[in-house]
Amino acid sequence: MSNTQWPLWEVFTQKKSGVPFEHAGSIHAPDKELALQNARDVYSRRNEATCIWVVPSEFIVSSTPEDMGSFFEPSNDKIYRHPNFYKTPGASFE
Amino acid sequence: MNQLTDQEREKEFQAKIDRGELIEPKDWMPERYRKQLIRMMSQHAHSEVVGMLPEGNWITRAPSLRRKAVLLAKVQDEGGHGLYIYCGTETLDVSRSQLIDDLLSGKAKYSSIFNYPTLTWADIGAIGWLVDGAAIVNQTALAKGSYGPYARAMVRICKEENFHHKQGYEILATLMKGTPEQRAMAQDAMNRWWWPSLMMFGPSDKDSPNSEELLRWKVKKYSNDELRQRFIDRTIPQADNIGLKVPDPELKFDEKSKHYSHGEINWEEFYNVIKGNGICNKERLKARKKAHEEGAWVREAAEAYAAKQNKKLVAA
Repeated sequence: MSNTQWPLWEVFTQKKSGVPFEHAGSIHAPDKELALQNARDVYSRRNEATCIWVVPSEFIVSSTPEDMGSFFEPSNDKIYRHPNFYKTPGASFE
Repeated sequence: MNQLTDQEREKEFQAKIDRGELIEPKDWMPERYRKQLIRMMSQHAHSEVVGMLPEGNWITRAPSLRRKAVLLAKVQDEGGHGLYIYCGTETLDVSRSQLIDDLLSGKAKYSSIFNYPTLTWADIGAIGWLVDGAAIVNQTALAKGSYGPYARAMVRICKEENFHHKQGYEILATLMKGTPEQRAMAQDAMNRWWWPSLMMFGPSDKDSPNSEELLRWKVKKYSNDELRQRFIDRTIPQADNIGLKVPDPELKFDEKSKHYSHGEINWEEFYNVIKGNGICNKERLKARKKAHEEGAWVREAAEAYAAKQNKKLVAA
């Protein structure tokens, strides 16, 4: 009997067009087509998605929590990237 | 990178939880936290999957097309809930096939409530209203738990359970407006499902050995007795509303505390069903095994098709 486990896929759904895709969860499927169908059946039974991405989980590359400090360090000391760093006396920017 | 001892890490871990932050799959966690979550989450996932069986029993005999469509959708939701939680459990480094093996071999547990039979159509009402009602109370609390993937799965599930809960109540409300036989059938379902529903919250706090640790880690946010009380308080007025009697002669409302107090739960029955001696324990596992075995050719065919497509892709 087949007891092997189908590959794992990560599922991303878009609630409506124009908004970013969001991670919904994961599913198992043998190929792309079934991955999409399974993702629809599991994560959009009530029109929660207007578009779905499925990605084999093994291809997701993630930073690790231990990296958190040093990896994101370069942006810590660049407050001049934010508009409120600048003095604009009297002028309205609304 | 600075090397922390496990003790320091555990302190940091607890501080993070105390600050109300969520733990994510790649974060460091005590081995026991991981183990406890795998135990709880897999039991929960198995319960969703086994929970399809007592209700599936009535799909072909639903009294109208409307009820049948609703029941089909509900049972499909339960399967979906199982899948949300299985995938959450897999983030803790345990494979899906291992989880399924543990269920089919009888090693893993699932909620005892599903070892009771669904004898009449009114039982479908009682399951939706009482069993899913109890599940909502439980799951709303779990949605505030500390493990990210579990909490997120619970948020999704709670939204869907409200439909399950209300459709069950509607079934019983309709029966209670029917003939004397229909009202008796609804009351009989209430009599059989009330106490097992209260048992769903687990042993009384004084006999719940894991609770202290689980509360500290915010895997659980409230104790078993607190959640049970919450369920009772919100369910009794609903029963009164349609004229169903609660099968507990000791039940009374305490004006001072604004809570209902209830009679003693038959814990002997609870432990007996957990041990495998419930009415349907054997039947449920047999049905799951049969479904798994009879689905084998579908899994094999899908794998063969995928392999063939891959070959074509490589050749092209």
